[in-house]
Amino acid sequence: MGIRFILMVNKQGQTRLAQYYEWLTLEERRALEGEIVRKCLARNDQQIRFELMFEFLCSYAGVLAGWLALNEQCSFVEHRNYKIVYRRYASLFFMVGVDDDENELAILEFIHLLVETMDKHFGNVCELDIMFHLEKAHFMLEEMVMNGCIVETSKANILSPIQLMDKAH
Amino acid sequence: MASSNSLMDSLFQRSLEDLIKGLRLGESTFISKSLEEIRREIKLTDLSTKSVALQKLSYLAALHGVDMTWAAFHAVEVVSSSRFAHKRIGYHAIAQSFSDQTPVLLLITNQLRKDLNSSNEYEVSLALECLARIGTDDLARDLTSEVFTLLGSSKALVRKKAIGVVLRVFDKYPDAVKVCFKRLVENLESSDPQLLSAVVGVFCELTAKDPRSYLPLAPEFYKILVDSRNNWVLIKVLKIFAKLASIEPRLAKKVADPVCEHMRKQNVGKSLLFECIRTVFSSLSDQEVPLKLAVVKIREFLMDDDPNLKYLGLHALSIVAPKHLWAVLENKEAVVKAMSDEDPNVKREALHLLMAMVNEDNVTEISRILMNYALKSDPLFCNEIIGSILVACSRDSYEIIVDFDWYLSLLSEMARVPNCQRGKEIEHQLIDIGTRVKDARLELVRVSRALLIDPALLGNQYLHPILSAAAWASGEYVEFSKAPYEIAEALLQPRTCLLPHSIRAIYIHSAFKVLVFSLGVYFSAQEPTSSSLVQESTSSGSSAVNGFTCDSISSLVSMIELGLCSLSGTIDVEVQERAKNILGFIGIIKHEIAEKATSQDSETEVHRAIAFMEDVFSEELGPVSSTAQEKVPLPEGLELNENLEGLQEICREVLEPMAESDYSSDKVSFSVAKLRIRDQEEASSSSSPPLESSSLLAEHRKRHGLYYLSSQKSDDHKDRDGNDNNTSNEYPPANEISVDSFKSKKKLSKPRPVVVKLDEGDEPKTKPDASSSNDERLSRAIQTALMGKGKGKEKERVKENHEINLDTENIEQSSRREKKKKKNGERSSKRSSRRQKDKEASVTKPVEVPDLLL
Repeated sequence: MGIRFILMVNKQGQTRLAQYYEWLTLEERRALEGEIVRKCLARNDQQIRFELMFEFLCSYAGVLAGWLALNEQCSFVEHRNYKIVYRRYASLFFMVGVDDDENELAILEFIHLLVETMDKHFGNVCELDIMFHLEKAHFMLEEMVMNGCIVETSKANILSPIQLMDKAH
Repeated sequence: MASSNSLMDSLFQRSLEDLIKGLRLGESTFISKSLEEIRREIKLTDLSTKSVALQKLSYLAALHGVDMTWAAFHAVEVVSSSRFAHKRIGYHAIAQSFSDQTPVLLLITNQLRKDLNSSNEYEVSLALECLARIGTDDLARDLTSEVFTLLGSSKALVRKKAIGVVLRVFDKYPDAVKVCFKRLVENLESSDPQLLSAVVGVFCELTAKDPRSYLPLAPEFYKILVDSRNNWVLIKVLKIFAKLASIEPRLAKKVADPVCEHMRKQNVGKSLLFECIRTVFSSLSDQEVPLKLAVVKIREFLMDDDPNLKYLGLHALSIVAPKHLWAVLENKEAVVKAMSDEDPNVKREALHLLMAMVNEDNVTEISRILMNYALKSDPLFCNEIIGSILVACSRDSYEIIVDFDWYLSLLSEMARVPNCQRGKEIEHQLIDIGTRVKDARLELVRVSRALLIDPALLGNQYLHPILSAAAWASGEYVEFSKAPYEIAEALLQPRTCLLPHSIRAIYIHSAFKVLVFSLGVYFSAQEPTSSSLVQESTSSGSSAVNGFTCDSISSLVSMIELGLCSLSGTIDVEVQERAKNILGFIGIIKHEIAEKATSQDSETEVHRAIAFMEDVFSEELGPVSSTAQEKVPLPEGLELNENLEGLQEICREVLEPMAESDYSSDKVSFSVAKLRIRDQEEASSSSSPPLESSSLLAEHRKRHGLYYLSSQKSDDHKDRDGNDNNTSNEYPPANEISVDSFKSKKKLSKPRPVVVKLDEGDEPKTKPDASSSNDERLSRAIQTALMGKGKGKEKERVKENHEINLDTENIEQSSRREKKKKKNGERSSKRSSRRQKDKEASVTKPVEVPDLLL
């Protein structure tokens, strides 16, 4: 049903964030993560060239300097009965596992939206930010996706509850 | 003591940050040490300590695979705290670790209820998110009323999340529909974009599972399709319409216009454009205008440099290929160019499209191009190419192949491609063609000979299946070969020791067939009475065997004997048995070969033996349908015992001595010794040929069961006793196999050979899946809700929905149906009278789609 899971993995294959929208046991999760990471990392081994991001949606903001998407090959991998849409930003791979009938380009934009949101919140986000503020990343994701469906796509709307909650702390 | 301990502990508790820093330092035991700490801390009463411990545990569980299900109760404790921060941590932990099996699930029901009713919208949202992740049947049932209230809440944040939760609740507890559906639908008309995207998302998922129930809501979706400017929403609505239009063609017509509008826009986002194209290709492909427009737009995708767009363009084309091949043909150059792209995904999609374009005329050309690609590509793609060629060419019993000679040479070419791993499929096709296409057998034998002779191929384990097929074909159709001696030599060459035993056994058996054939020709050539046979064999085209001289036949026999001598002592039972069988046979007939030159006696024992063997191998083997076994009637009086106790007595003499000796090697040598004794006994007695041959045949049949027509089940039983073998094979009556003659429409030099097809088809039938009961409940509930919706101005529409369900629903109970039919009768008369009067459009048609759209 829509999105099955969201993973953030670094170049060495260490998971930095894992959010699942269906129940899997620990062993299943590890096996899944291992397989997918191997597939995606293997595809990007060639030399990288910069690629201009093409226009997706009307609410698109400017390109972030350190976060140009680097893609030599297409961003979709088929794995068992679902697809994995992934994109690499600097040292981190963002992977989203979706059902077969999901619009891949929309998911790519979703990944970018996620990155932009985190960037806005943390200010020039990097991998360490995600590591030390994992719960914030989770909250952002929870605002955006419920039950595997994307429910919120406006950055302001996603961040306002989080900012309020932080203030109330 | 205890309190001071806890004080100390809480003063020096590691926070999450410390934990992370510690992890980064990379001590291997750090995780287990922290786990111990956490276990201690989490049991303390102080909620702050507990929550920090829980937080650390969640972190470890999420990223380092630590099991945290043991902390379920503590998570519940943390959640009950009044501090928001604690609640957040607790809910997060719960959402991450609770599953249907968690025993403490019941405890959070009340907590969730309290939080759902809270005035703090953030607490409510926390609870909703948690419910969305872990909701079970019980939770869904108990909390439905709260969700219902929240669906009408004034705060957008809460409402949005409540809508998100609805999907899960419906999934687990379909009766919730009665309560919540109305509010859900009301939200469709909301102007708040946040809510709209959430609601549309929910409907998108619901429609995917069961489109029929949501057809009555089509007008609302249509409005959104036309009005909305938000691409996310539009994409989802398009998906909904894709599902709805495929079951309701009139909807397709209506929707075509707005979809075209969207596609024509100047700055349309690529994702929306792609979704439009996909919708057109999958559901609106009957509509001319959108289809043409979509094909034009797809071209842009294919021409783009971005591999993502290329891949998606090709993927979309493959959706439309079955129905509208012209779309693919128009873009042929782009597809061929994509074959040489660097991205393996793109290449694969291009390959699929290329295979979709294959037909009778261009199959040779395309195969040649593809084989060239295959030789240049990496192993994975090479095998993909070969695999797809094989699949396309064998579809429908080789429908697109006209020239089988060319196809057989293509198969052997594939066998020689260095990276080829499709041995099994090629093997299957070689044998399949041999059994089905008579005219191709000559070429098959020629190709097989080439494969068998080459010693280099024996080393490649992927080619072994192909070689076994070649061997079988050479033996089975040896009458087409020019030089049987060559074949026998190839089959018994020393390098065959590299083959696995099962394939070696096939080789030996084929050699036997060659031997029998040659002997048959030789002996019959000698007899003056059977001169007709000689004439036949010498006049049948290029496949003639030019008689055998005494020398040539004796050299053949001695070569075979030599080749098999070494095998008579192998460990493998199968190989040894066959070798010994042949050697035994040779032993019988050998002395007669030399004598043949002198004596004219045509009725010797040997003659009969050889004639009999020829007879055994003379029946033609045809293809077997997959249902043939089921059609075999059980013979009368046959009892199939559940446990084969009856065999105990028969086998006792064999089993008992074996039980005494040690296992493994002793066992083997013992059984081998037993066999040897038996063989010698049989070889000496002259009444054995019938027995040997029939056991040989039965053996052969067991090994190659697929290629033999079905026979009586009782054969297996009788074989065990070794007596009274049923040697007359009963084949199914001839009318089961239909011969399909195919006249070629082109001016070819050779007409297409006859391909034997079977009536019932060759694929096993697949059973349809049983639908889940939960889905049925849900769709029924939805339909009830839609029917029962008593909106004032839409009363008429409700009536029509009522009829719609009547017309199209097939799950309903018959009593309900009867009731409704009566009502329908009344209404239709009313309606027809109204039609004459001429009215507002809102009432008159008995169709699913309300008039707004017509």
